[in-house]
Order: sequence, then structure tokens, then C-alpha cells
Amino acid sequence: MTLYLTHRYHFSAGHRLHNEALSAEENRRLYGKCNNPNGHGHNYQLEVTLAGPIDPATGMVCDLALLDRVVDEAVLTPFDHRNLNLDEEAFRRRVPTTEHLCIEIFNRLAGKLEVETPAGVRLARVRLEETSLNFFEYHGEEKNIQGRVRD
Amino acid sequence: MIYLTRRAEFSASHFYHNPDWSPEQNRRVFGKCNNPYGHGHNYTLEVTVVGDVDPLTGMVVDLKQLKEILEREVLDLFDHRFLNKEVPAFATRNPTTENIAVEIWKLLEPKINFGKLYRVRLYETSDLFVDYYGE
Repeated sequence: MTLYLTHRYHFSAGHRLHNEALSAEENRRLYGKCNNPNGHGHNYQLEVTLAGPIDPATGMVCDLALLDRVVDEAVLTPFDHRNLNLDEEAFRRRVPTTEHLCIEIFNRLAGKLEVETPAGVRLARVRLEETSLNFFEYHGEEKNIQGRVRD
Repeated sequence: MIYLTRRAEFSASHFYHNPDWSPEQNRRVFGKCNNPYGHGHNYTLEVTVVGDVDPLTGMVVDLKQLKEILEREVLDLFDHRFLNKEVPAFATRNPTTENIAVEIWKLLEPKINFGKLYRVRLYETSDLFVDYYGE
């Protein structure tokens, strides 16, 4: 029996979409307003989903306080009220699109959660809203939310 | 195949406690949720049914029928109740969001004879929810 437990978090960060490999015109054409050299910011809404069995002693998949601590250490503390391009090594050479940010958050959380959560519990999904009008999901490389390799 | 979701709301109280543990361990693990007098939530339930569109009606599911099943099987049992004390399934199991979602699946699955129950999603708050796909 697998339950999917989702907790929602938020953080605010600045970024600029700009690819050094492209010309100034190409960057402006591709990224539009997001290419503004001074940057801009978003209120990101983050959903983290764990999948696993119910622990019969607690009735829970995972202690929420544990999940909150891991998310706080791995994501909220480094990203909240920061400039993603300038403050984060990961985005010095990678454009901090929400796609890249979503994958980066998944990878940061997956390793830590693997160690800290009870056996049989895994990170199933990271869903990241950049604004209320667009959002991105990542389930791990070539995986669906059930953890099966995509057809 | 079309996935159709119907939403319902109920309000209930609960608390978490493991009788095999000491009061200290219960307080440490469950925190504020261990208060034996209970506390409450406004739960939002989303029930998703999957099926083919009936060419005669253009629908997967008769929504009125689904609404009545949700009211009869879930809301009548859970709404404005103290889950630990009033729902037999939670006499010995903690009424966590996980366990409530599984219980709702068990109540609904045999009653849905149009399409197939695909997912039960239960929100305890707008920031915390559980999905169960029956497996």
C-alpha cells in the first residue's frame, strides 16, 4: 500500500534568464522581459510529495517535522530571499528557469530524504509554481510519480 | 478515458495517540496533535473516477449519483464527528490523513459501479494533502 503525502512550502527569489552562449538579441528574443539585466523575482510555491507505506505505529508515511526540516535546510534557507543567479553556484552556468530549479530542488531533496526518512519512503514528486499561471513537475529522471520508468 | 473529479468538504476533529507508548513518547512524536481533547480541520476531499464517455449521455459519471454516494458513504459518517470516538475504523488506528484517505477508498470503491475509482485526494489543510490510488 502506497500513500502519497504532499506538503506545500513557499519561497521568494530573484533571477534573470540569460544564456551566455547566445547573443544579446537572441537572449532578448528568447527570454523577453525575463532577460532584464537587473533581474526580477517570484513568489515560488513548492509542493514536495513523499511516497511510502503507512507506519502502523503512527498512522503516517513520514513525520512532517522531519520533512519540514529537510526542505528548510536543502531549499528554503539557500533560496529564500536570494538571487538565484548570483547567490547559487548551481545557477552560475545554468539558466535558473523553473524547469532547472525544479530539477535542482528534486536532486537536493532526494539524497537527503533517502538518508533521513524511514525505509520504503521515497521522494515521488516536486511541483514548483513560478506564478499561479504556470507550474512544473519532476518525478526523477525518466520516471512517473509511481516511480516506474516512463514508457 | 476521462478522469472526472468531484470535490466534497467535511469538518471533523481528531487526535493522535499510540496506546503502546508512554505519554512522553506520544507528546514527542505527535506534538500538538496528541491533545486528548482533540482538535479539528476542514477537510477537502477530491474523488477522481476514470472511465469512457457514454455516447448516449456524453458523461463518464452521473455527477448527481456520485454526489449522493459521497454524502451517504463519507460525509454522513465523518462530517461534524470526533473521528477517534465516532468512526469505528479509528477506534484502534490513528485518524491521520493517510488512514482517512485509505478508509474513504474502502468505503467508496465497492459503491462506484460506473467507471472506476482512480484516486482519493484528501486535504487536511490547503498546504497538506494525501493521495491514494488503491494499491
